[in-house]
Amino acid sequence: MQSLTPEEQRRTAGFFTTEISHRVKRPLRLMEVCGTHTVAIFKAGIRQLLPAGVELVSGPGCPVCVTPNEYLDTAIAYSRQPNVILTTFGDMLRVPGSSSSLLVEKAAGADIRIVYSPLESLDIARDYPDKQVIFLAVGFETTAPTAAATVLTAARADLKNFSVLSSHKLVPPALQALLDRPGVRVDGFLLPGHVSAVIGVEPYRFLQRNFGIPAVIAGFDPLDILQSVYMLVRQLEDGAAKLENQYSRIVPAAGNPAACKLLEQVYQPADTVWRGLGMIPSSGLVLRPGYSAFDSRSKLPVVVEPASEPKGCRCGEILQGSIKPTACPLFGRSCTPDHPVGSCMVSVEGTCAAWHKYGAGRWQL
Amino acid sequence: MTMERIQLAHGSGGKLSHDLVNQVMWPAFANPILGEMHDGARFSINGAGLAFTTDSYVVKPLFFPGGNIGKLAVCGTVNDLAMTGAVPLYLSAAFVLEEGFPLVDLKRIVDSMAETASRAGVQIVTGDTKVVEKGAVDGIYINTAGVGQIRENVNVSGCQARPGQDIILSGTLGEHSIAVMSERHGLVLPETIVSDCAPLNGLVEQILSRVPQTAVLRDPTRGGLATALNEIAEQSQVGIMLEETSIPVQAAVRATCDILGFDPLYLANEGKMLLFVEPEYSSQILEIMHGHPYGRQACVIGSVIGQRPGQVGLSTAIGGVRLLDMLTGAQLPRIC
Amino acid sequence: MCLAVPGKIVDKQDMLATVDISGVTRKVSLMLLPEAQAGDFVLIHAGFAIQRLDEAEAKKTLELFKELEKYAELDA
Repeated sequence: MQSLTPEEQRRTAGFFTTEISHRVKRPLRLMEVCGTHTVAIFKAGIRQLLPAGVELVSGPGCPVCVTPNEYLDTAIAYSRQPNVILTTFGDMLRVPGSSSSLLVEKAAGADIRIVYSPLESLDIARDYPDKQVIFLAVGFETTAPTAAATVLTAARADLKNFSVLSSHKLVPPALQALLDRPGVRVDGFLLPGHVSAVIGVEPYRFLQRNFGIPAVIAGFDPLDILQSVYMLVRQLEDGAAKLENQYSRIVPAAGNPAACKLLEQVYQPADTVWRGLGMIPSSGLVLRPGYSAFDSRSKLPVVVEPASEPKGCRCGEILQGSIKPTACPLFGRSCTPDHPVGSCMVSVEGTCAAWHKYGAGRWQL
Repeated sequence: MTMERIQLAHGSGGKLSHDLVNQVMWPAFANPILGEMHDGARFSINGAGLAFTTDSYVVKPLFFPGGNIGKLAVCGTVNDLAMTGAVPLYLSAAFVLEEGFPLVDLKRIVDSMAETASRAGVQIVTGDTKVVEKGAVDGIYINTAGVGQIRENVNVSGCQARPGQDIILSGTLGEHSIAVMSERHGLVLPETIVSDCAPLNGLVEQILSRVPQTAVLRDPTRGGLATALNEIAEQSQVGIMLEETSIPVQAAVRATCDILGFDPLYLANEGKMLLFVEPEYSSQILEIMHGHPYGRQACVIGSVIGQRPGQVGLSTAIGGVRLLDMLTGAQLPRIC
Repeated sequence: MCLAVPGKIVDKQDMLATVDISGVTRKVSLMLLPEAQAGDFVLIHAGFAIQRLDEAEAKKTLELFKELEKYAELDA
């Protein structure tokens, strides 16, 4: 909130943390689903402000972290083709595949370009008509419509040398799959505000209906997050299991119907593999048959090395919120942000990277 | 050093750069002067204390709002000398030029170097020019080295941080980085965002002549404020605690960071400095800085603490505390 | 997963808007938010406007925070 002075921010935060401390009667495990929340929580020092009994655990909401090695290996195989220009968000560059990473391939001469918007890929495709431009389309419901709009733009412009390597994923099916697992305990969810800006409120209703778990759609400002934790604690105190919307300034109940419509026009749901969670039915997006000319996999077949996951890495359990990073034998030893082994360490918003970078979120003197 | 090839991040001033120096350069060159790991080397010849430094400049684009590669090459070396507590005197300038490089651009760059040197009160007294085949370099690379004279009664070094000292920052963070990358990703910056590239020796002169008790001087260039402070915390084996809300950042710099997923605390600056001093001298130093064009927005951003040696903590706007780590790899535009 | 920033639309040409983000301007696509108009605050992600900011709701949140801040003062 830019309109609050630092003093007002501090006092508002003080109100929420005091109230939370007073109202918590038993240890709580609250899951922030979104990786952007994870970073915001660590960056603002929120973990330290909360009472010890309130544990914030990170869910499977970092797209880089849940993307399996097989996808990265495919991207790397494409980057080694002489006629290919790979375009990607900066996030994907450092992620290790089975035996390499895009950054290593770039250093070895691959033409890999960082874009801020997928639309920049189309400019590159126009500038290099002799090359095949492949965009690494990752991300959840927030990002998938931007890729869909880009494919649609390319189709209208009849661009022949552009395609996407799609690995988009959907949040609600992953939460469902997570809760269906035995032994997973979550007392409440902080739901991803920007995914919700697209899909709206209703797709999360099953949390309340099927599982009786309180949930709050949360914004990303430190005070948004504290208020959302406070709202969850209030619900738990009252024995309620409601679906609330703290981020009403950005999330209307219906989300963004235009974006959803466009997404549906270009993509269709498909079963997909999540790192750490395995195959989840209808949790991914693939291009509809009408757009197969823009699907890298069907347009440009490539031989990919057999995928292997790093030995000893416990990213899978971390992504389910079932262990803390410090329980992994590699954490901080062979796996650090400058030499990441698992995906949770490589992404800025990965749980392990955040623990490492921000000192476990509790930096006490 | 498991990666077999040099990556861009090895030159970003963060952890990988440090690893490269520690694992490749240091074992080969090790000596006590290099071991100080200062911005410049300090030694004495026949009783005269001297500072000596060198730096290569490979910025792209060559011309950016607020400066160009030539101005940068002079400021960078002048500042490295100034941060050792020396009076910068003489510079060298070596050019590696790409075949086909426009002479008019070279003239602009050289003129700008001459103007900046004159403003900083230093002379460029030796140099070299090489031309390489088209494609072997990107237009022009410049190396400058510099020699300065150490002031008497002054002992500034990254090893002099002590608990209780105030940490003063001379102005807003990140303008150089943001100005240089303004043309990328279709961002159009307001006119207030120009590179802060400036020679700081005049300001340092004023400060050290009046407050020789100044303990540490450092310019937060590559790797930014966070990396510079981590280096000092490590060298002095002290802890550092910063107040997030005291760290000045222009709104447009912050917005650019929000758009591209950067953190202003890791952005390079070319005309800012950090200063550590006992708190009783802080107001005097702030007064000097505020009266100088390169220190108008100077402020105290934190202090040295006895706990957590080697680490930097940040007290956040909402009252939390967290670790502020060194830069890992290069900052990449991201959407996550 | 989803960094996004709010900006104000200062110009709209067909499906392309110029947005002002604290003084920084950038062209963003309105393909996902075709009804947005000049003067609207929108949320921008990966070069696209993806949602409009509801200014009344934003004001409500802000006022709530300011209200609560006073209670914190009483507690202290």
